[in-house]
Amino acid sequence: MSAPVLEIHDGSLSFGARTLWSDLDLTVQPGEFLAVLGANGSGKTSLLRVILGQQRLGSGTVKIAGHPARRGSRDVGYVPQQRRIDALTPLRARDLVGQGLDGHRWGIGRPSGARRRRIESLLDQVGASDYANRPVGLLSGGEQQRVRIAQALIGDPRLLLCDEPLLSLDPHSQSTTTALVDQRRRTADTAVVFVTHEINPVLPYVDRVLYLAGGTFRVGSVDEVLNSATLSALYQTPVEVIRSGGRILVAGLPETIGQPGHEPHHVLGAS
Amino acid sequence: MSVWHQIFNFADYGQLLSLVRNSIIAGLILGIVGGLISTFVMMRDLPFAVHGISELSFAGASGALLLGVNVVVGSLTGSILAALTIGALGSRARDRNSIIGVLMPFGLGLGVLFLSLYKGRAANKFGLLTGQIVAVDTPQLAWLLGTSALVLLGLLLVWRPLTFASTDAELAAARGVPVKALSTIFMLLLGLSVAMSVQIVGALLVLSIICTPAAAAMRVTASPHVVTLLSVLFGVVSVVGGILLSLGSNIPISPYVTTISFAIYLVCRALGNRRARPVSHAVAPAVAPTRSTVTG
Repeated sequence: MSAPVLEIHDGSLSFGARTLWSDLDLTVQPGEFLAVLGANGSGKTSLLRVILGQQRLGSGTVKIAGHPARRGSRDVGYVPQQRRIDALTPLRARDLVGQGLDGHRWGIGRPSGARRRRIESLLDQVGASDYANRPVGLLSGGEQQRVRIAQALIGDPRLLLCDEPLLSLDPHSQSTTTALVDQRRRTADTAVVFVTHEINPVLPYVDRVLYLAGGTFRVGSVDEVLNSATLSALYQTPVEVIRSGGRILVAGLPETIGQPGHEPHHVLGAS
Repeated sequence: MSVWHQIFNFADYGQLLSLVRNSIIAGLILGIVGGLISTFVMMRDLPFAVHGISELSFAGASGALLLGVNVVVGSLTGSILAALTIGALGSRARDRNSIIGVLMPFGLGLGVLFLSLYKGRAANKFGLLTGQIVAVDTPQLAWLLGTSALVLLGLLLVWRPLTFASTDAELAAARGVPVKALSTIFMLLLGLSVAMSVQIVGALLVLSIICTPAAAAMRVTASPHVVTLLSVLFGVVSVVGGILLSLGSNIPISPYVTTISFAIYLVCRALGNRRARPVSHAVAPAVAPTRSTVTG
């Protein structure tokens, strides 16, 4: 097997007296699909910020494709949450994808045929060619996410980071979005770190789960982590995991975890 | 009829034209700079900040008038201080708007104080609020040229990352774009542009050059290149057109500039509404076929 795409060794992160997680050892191989689950405030977003080089670890090391994590690494593609884009934003779908290629570079850039073809090929890969010229502010949430995936992939990253990309999408768009991410890691061996609080839409694709809760974590296969015994131990309260028709339901998650003010999270829920 | 002649009077037009060569050059430059910077003002949702900066620029200019120092320098000082303050304190839209709301009347008040104390020509006072382009002299033009060159160069240098940061700051930051530094640089460039515009159209009407051109362009297209070109075109047409129309009259140029700029906006808005309708209808059916290609 080739060298790991993401290695976190002995990582810990705390804010003041509060430890989000510590002694985290995590290795993600090329083509692997890792789902990151956990309550709000359990450090999922901070983990992404660490991988993006926007947040330093309290201790330990994080390496992307063998190099220490740094801001703006070309090895990492990033798909954010779906959020509303103003209808008058002067960008078309193709321009948003182009930003993934050279939006960070200085100067005004020069139009080139190669650049245009590359953008069109990415739009085609995510099935967004039909609305390549439509203003991004007029696209539906699902269409926007496809375009954002194309933007994240155009730099040919070795690791694709997805930060709750399914939030506020309808079930159909949720499944097409996850299918696109899965397709990429199969065809290009791109590793995927997928932060979500809904395991069910990604369940068919997940290789391993990282579950963060109350300052600790568990890593393992879906079966190893998402069971009543493991989650009860993580939350230190009885939690019941029910499997039903290929879906996972969790009952009895505590209202707050550790500090007050954190919304609890159903890992799963309906939809 | 006589009112009409006061507003539009084209007697001896050829002779007048040669006298205002400087002003037309100034108008051209201002139109270009205004058109370019307005696209970012719109993307970053900063029109109110532009207004706030221009009032402090007015305070700086009137202070300079009172002290008998270079008015352009006074105007630049006021607007750069305001721009940097707004940039530093107001990263979130709510904070920003309240800071501008607090700063703006203070700036206007200072300006009024300075002008009341000033004993010079009344036309100078009025000009700072409502514009005085016909009076562009050669040293003033040199200032204008220098400032514009700086703004243009700065904008071209940061164009792509600034566009990225202005359309999705969070994502741009994740890609390593220095979002905060770019915001400061942009506020500086904006301060310079506002100070220039105050010299020409006056503090009250700066928005017609630094806001309206891009607001109009964004109504008719979403292509970033076309928006930029149209915005520059609209800026130039408004300012130079305003100068040409105002020549024979003894009315300041600002009403001409603002009216042209407003008319362009109305036309673009009407065109944009026609454009948006078929698009919104097309959204629903267009989704269905692409869905099946991906899931399949």
